[in-house]
This record gives sequence, C-alpha cells and structure tokens, in this order.
Amino acid sequence: MKLVITVVGKDQVGIIAKVSNILADNDVNILDISQTILQDKFTMMMYVEMNEQKINITDLKKAFEPMEENMKLAIQIYAEEIFNSMHKI
Amino acid sequence: MNRYEVFETVDMIHNEKLDIRTITMGISLFDCADENPKRACEKIYDKITKCAKDLVKTGEDIENTFGIPIVNKRVSVTPISLVAAASKTDNYLMFAEALDKAARTIGINFIGGFTALVQKGFMNADKILINSIPEVLANTELVCSSVNVASTKAGINMSAVRDMGQIIKQTAELTKDRNALGCAKLVVFANAVNDNPFMAGAFLGVGEAETVINVGVSGPGVVKTALEKVKGADFETVAETIKKSAFKITRVGQLVAKEAAKRLNTDFGIVDLSLAPTPFIGDSVAHILEEMGLESCGAPGTTAALALLNDAVKKGGVMASSSVGGLSGAFIPVSEDLGMIDAAEKGALSLEKLEAMTAVCSVGLDMIAIPGDTTAETISGIIADEMAIGVVNNKTTAVRVIPVPGKGVGDFVEFGGLLGKAPIMSVNNFSQKDFIARGGRIPAPLHSLKN
Repeated sequence: MKLVITVVGKDQVGIIAKVSNILADNDVNILDISQTILQDKFTMMMYVEMNEQKINITDLKKAFEPMEENMKLAIQIYAEEIFNSMHKI
Repeated sequence: MNRYEVFETVDMIHNEKLDIRTITMGISLFDCADENPKRACEKIYDKITKCAKDLVKTGEDIENTFGIPIVNKRVSVTPISLVAAASKTDNYLMFAEALDKAARTIGINFIGGFTALVQKGFMNADKILINSIPEVLANTELVCSSVNVASTKAGINMSAVRDMGQIIKQTAELTKDRNALGCAKLVVFANAVNDNPFMAGAFLGVGEAETVINVGVSGPGVVKTALEKVKGADFETVAETIKKSAFKITRVGQLVAKEAAKRLNTDFGIVDLSLAPTPFIGDSVAHILEEMGLESCGAPGTTAALALLNDAVKKGGVMASSSVGGLSGAFIPVSEDLGMIDAAEKGALSLEKLEAMTAVCSVGLDMIAIPGDTTAETISGIIADEMAIGVVNNKTTAVRVIPVPGKGVGDFVEFGGLLGKAPIMSVNNFSQKDFIARGGRIPAPLHSLKN
C-alpha cells in the first residue's frame, strides 16, 4: 500500500540518507520525494510503497522513533487513502 | 496532492487531535429472548462475544493500516427491556451482568443498551428495567443505561420523568464512593436515536440490521485551528470555514467506517458527524465558540455561536458520507470539555445558559455535576424542561446530571479519563414538587401531526 511520510525539523546533515536507510531496511520503496527549507526548517514529503505482508504503519513508525529522538525531528506516516479521502471528491 | 494539503492533513491528525472517536458495533439481541432469564443471559453473552469477537482487533488493525487513531471500540445492543420482557424475573441485574461480562471478554470500554423506551407508556419490563438501574450501575463497570421518556410523536411521559429523578438520586447514592460515577453512565432522552454510536446513550433500535457498524468522528481542534486563520472575518466566512473542516473530518470517518464494516463482514450503518470534545488540551467545543469572539463560553452570544457551529458541521459533513445519522452536531458535555470546565468554574456558564444551548446543538444537559442535596423533584424538573425543548423542537435532547453526594457549589469532582472533571454547578432550588407529583403525560405538540 502507498503511504505519505512527512519529516519536519531543524536542517542537518544526513536526514534523507537516514530516512532512506530505514525505509530500505524495511523493504519500503520510495516513489517520490519533495524537500525544501522553510524558514530554517527542513520539511520533506515522501511518497512510498510499503509491503503489507512485511510491515504495518505502526511498526514502521516505531522504526523511526530513535531517529526522531536523536535528530529532534517530527516524522509522521499515514496511508495515502486518508489524504485522498480528505482532498479529492 | 500538494504540499499544503499533505501538511494540513498531518497537522489535523498529529497536532489538532483529529481522530475516530468510536467504532460502535450494533448487535440485535431480539433472538436472545427466553422465558428462562438465565438462559436468555447465556444467549446474550454468547451472541455478543461471537459477533464482536474481532471488533477490538479490527479497530487496531485499521489504525495500523491508515495511521489514524481510533480511540474507542464499543458495542450497542437492542434495548434490554425488549429482550428481557419474555423472561420471568423481576430484576434485570443479571442481564446487565451478562452485558458487562461480554464487554470484558471482547475488550471494549463500554457497552450501551440497558435501555427502556417509555415515551408513551410503560410495559411491565420497562418498569422492571428502570427499577434495576441504580443497582446495575453500581454493580457493573462497563454497562451504560438510557431511558427515552419523551418524543415529538408521543409527548412527555411525566410519570417516567418523575421516576427518573428518583432513579438518578438512588444511583448517585449507591455509587457515592466513586463520586456518583453511576450517573455518568445514565442518560434520559427525548427523541433518542436508534443508531447513536456515542455513550452513554447508545443502543441499537428497532428496525436496525442484525449487526451494524456506526462510527463517530471527532475533531473540535481541527475546527478551532481553521477558525484561527479567519480572525475577524464575517459569519459567512466562519460558516464556510467550519463546513470545509467538517467535510474533511467526516471523509476520514466514512473511510474508516466502510473499512471496518468490510473487515467485520457487517452492514455499514452511519457516520455520526459529531464534534465530541475530550477533557484534553486542544479538543474543546467551548474553545471553538470562544474563537468566534466570545470572552468565555456562556457569555451572551454563546447560543448563536453554537447554533452556527452545529448547522455548519452538518452542512459540511453531510456530503462527505453516504449515510449520516446518530446525533450529528456539536456536543457540550461540561466535564468532558476543558473550555466548558473553565467557563463553569469562573461563573461564566450557568445551568440555565446550558439549557438554552441545548435548544440549538445536538444533545442536551450533559455531564453536569450538581449539588448532592438537589432533590429528586428538582432533577425531574430539569429533565422535564429539557424534554420539552426536544419534543417541541423535534430534536434529540438528553439529561445526564450527576448529583454528587456530600458535595456542594464550589466543590470540584473528578470522574477520571474521558469523563473528565467538573465544578459543582448551582441549581435553582425553588420547588416544583406539586408539578412533578402530577404524573401522566404531556400531550404531543400540534406539529407532531404531520400526516
């Protein structure tokens, strides 16, 4: 299933690298990335495909927890369907 | 999808506490009726634990699939007075114990349906059920009870109103060691709905399917944040802003409701478009009203603000779901809403103002702590007034007041968890003893004759 991941926090070296590594470790494929710096703040939006047989959102979130803690980032993961149901009629 | 939309949604869920407040499975218990009450209770336990055995797990699975929190998983059942009527017994405590045990077994946090519908008159079973309520609420933990005493079609059963004043007092007395917590699980209704997913008033009415999934969404924080962006704008803008937020909130409810019904192999019933607050920061309906420009909830202007909010929520939500039902509107439970608690504590919000507010919102006088020495007649008087508002305005109204033994105005009472905390509110103590003693039925209003 397809997910949207958002990462927000202070810009620092290696954010994309670390996020990508965690995704690769969990067999999650990146489909699209868009990233920008807004008023010193790193903001990234990722569109990914997760293999439901291997992992679910809750466990994937857990996999990001140490990174969130260490790098002081806010990482959120939700199913694409949530966004579609809200913003598309 | 653009960046703005993505971050808007993430903020709604993560920062503004958008969540699915409850997935409630309705289960018909009509086929559990039995002359032998013990046998009926066994059937009830077996049916609930069979039909809803995967409810909690499915709720958790959906959380894991979409990433959206689902706060409560609950069950509503056929009004027990209708199921127990066939049984030869004069006390329904054992039915409530069967519900309580079933609720524990499947791991839900409330079960609703210890209910009687007496708007026009009492069956024998209704009387037995009503008399069992205080004992039931004192001896079970998860069972919620409701009694419908009025409807626009039937008028107000004033004998039932009189009885419920006494029942509420007895319930408070029997649960006084827990701040009269039993009363927090007891609702007196006018025009109760058959598909309400919210406790304590949920039951599965007559005419509903065998099993059904009803979902309640919530997001007062989302609406408040949206309104913060239109400070000072006119009311058309306010209404449009609320409508858009309600639409988005409800779409998520619809998504989850459909998915839950599919996974549980059950009919999808309704999405209840209610703005249900919790006693946590950022989840208050009162704060939405204050965001519109009121110094405090309860100030003159509050009723108009709530009327606008309630209407805009429905207009925004109705297109977002294939089937809207339940109570649908804004809830104003005092102890469960941080803004309401503050307003009541500083004297900005009175019982009378709350009564006016109930004329324009989706429910009634909800989770209000009153002095322990309030008489049964006064409570009946409060109920009668509230029922009249519902009957004449063709809407659901309800009373869930908690006369806390040993506490008076100025005291504060804690119920814990989602039930919150509340200051004891002052009650007008002029007597209505002779009015309540009359009994009988206030006839239905003229506009009930629609055919």
